[in-house]
Amino acid sequence: MVERKSAKSQLFIYVLLIFIVAITLLPLVWMFSASLKLNKDVFTIPIQWIPRNPVWKNYITIWKKIPLAKFTTNSFKLTIIVCIIQVFTSSFAAYGFAKCHFPGRNFLFLLYVATISIPWQVYMLPQFIEMRTLGLTNSHLGYVLMQSFIAMGVFLVRQFYISIPDELLEAARIDGLNEYSIYARIVLPLSKPALASLTIMSFVTIWNDFMGPMIYFTRTELKTIPLGIRMFIGQYSAEYSLIMAAAVLSIIPVFAVFMMFQKYFVQSVTSSGVKG
Amino acid sequence: MNNRKKKLSLRTRNALIGYSFILPNFIGFFIFVFIPVMFSLVLSLVSWNGFGPMKFVGLKNFVTIFKDKNFVNALSRTMYYTFFTVVLTTFIALGLAVLLNNKLRFRGFFRSAVFFPYVASIVAVGVVWNMLFQKDFGPINEFLRWIGIQNPPGWTASVKWAIPAVIIVSVWKYMGYYMIVLLAALQDIPVDLYEAATIDGANRRQYFWRIAAPLLTPALFFVVLMLTVTSFKSFDLIYVMTEGGPGQATTLVVNYIYSKSFISETYGVSSAAAMVLLFIISIITLIQFHAEKKLTN
Repeated sequence: MVERKSAKSQLFIYVLLIFIVAITLLPLVWMFSASLKLNKDVFTIPIQWIPRNPVWKNYITIWKKIPLAKFTTNSFKLTIIVCIIQVFTSSFAAYGFAKCHFPGRNFLFLLYVATISIPWQVYMLPQFIEMRTLGLTNSHLGYVLMQSFIAMGVFLVRQFYISIPDELLEAARIDGLNEYSIYARIVLPLSKPALASLTIMSFVTIWNDFMGPMIYFTRTELKTIPLGIRMFIGQYSAEYSLIMAAAVLSIIPVFAVFMMFQKYFVQSVTSSGVKG
Repeated sequence: MNNRKKKLSLRTRNALIGYSFILPNFIGFFIFVFIPVMFSLVLSLVSWNGFGPMKFVGLKNFVTIFKDKNFVNALSRTMYYTFFTVVLTTFIALGLAVLLNNKLRFRGFFRSAVFFPYVASIVAVGVVWNMLFQKDFGPINEFLRWIGIQNPPGWTASVKWAIPAVIIVSVWKYMGYYMIVLLAALQDIPVDLYEAATIDGANRRQYFWRIAAPLLTPALFFVVLMLTVTSFKSFDLIYVMTEGGPGQATTLVVNYIYSKSFISETYGVSSAAAMVLLFIISIITLIQFHAEKKLTN
């Protein structure tokens, strides 16, 4: 499919693509445009894509109507902590599973693999009961603990480590490095792409997570942005433009991360797609 | 001291180092994932509301849910939802992947644009689409009236159209993700295969069906199964858009599990439903596992 095509078919492809991209992006463009309107103008006909007098004030008002600053801080805090723990412990464990030999290794790894295909929704209740018994519901710590130790992370990084040749590590051992320095000084720097993919995947998942925080946090000061927007809709269901402004704000960090690490996004999708 | 250290054989030392690598993750994994998974099996066999002693009831919870019209309906609705989501998403994602595998200007932009809905937050996406779908003055119905449809559907407000509305949003959100998976598979097809085929006198159609299609099958199969599994466990989007309503019109299996777990607090019943979900997903995974073996050999 690398063949040069006639100008006509090229044109057709572009028209088709522009049509598809329009469908994909219009809801988001509409969201942004609505967030800059007066409430009464959100549903005017015909649609005003570019508001005549953009109401930037909407973006200030929402910070006052709900504790959005608190929600944002909570979202950042939880996302960053979970990402760090996930990346560190997964890559550490992945090294153990890929490059060390110890009795029971295959059995333990099987345990991990077996739980990958079990959806969280299947065990969310027992996990919640366990956390409640430990007194960890309605606390950020409880949420961090339940999100940080997914089997998928270990699995993905291990796949990558297996491709690192053993001869390389052997040479380092002969040079007198111990396993921890081999991990830190050779394997870790080599695995930047894999770790970046994992980080991005968990960033997006935790930042956008809705069901977990909904179950764990009933106190307002613990809530994250997705819950905050939900709360906002509950209280001010007719304030369309304000709701849209809040929605736009919730997308900005993900959008920024997305723009910065586009390459790794593609990698994270394809690496989770390539199963061993 | 030194002697004793030497006595620790190399094997034991290596084993200890190995354990030290997996331990930080394993402790957390064991306590917060593995134990709950086992615990859910136990819960499905007891009657318990969270307080007082559990009462072992055997398979009674399973009888209860299959007698519950709401569960049976949720299950069949989930299958309906899954079927359409899988078929539509796969076709569109494949079409997009083939299109975007061409040498085009702004190809990167097109790919990112289609992919972006995947990373946007479910709540934001859900609210926007709810407004777009608004029955009386929403832009979508406005457009439908403009092209001459007098009585456009009520979408999320109507029992009949709520599920199709959710399916549309879910296809929109996830097509970019699967497009990337398929695009990666397309790019794995070596270019020289195409050149060799052209030298042998093959035309484009023959090339597609004889060379590209068979090489693409494993990836397509993977996409279909992934989509099936994710559709079976979907919850967030529906919860945000319709909360399972109107009535029970969009209540899927996970919505059912959620309400039995956290609203009516009948833990045994909800865990039985969770086991049914696990059973279905395990079967899908097993199919994938066997097919993958066959397809890659």
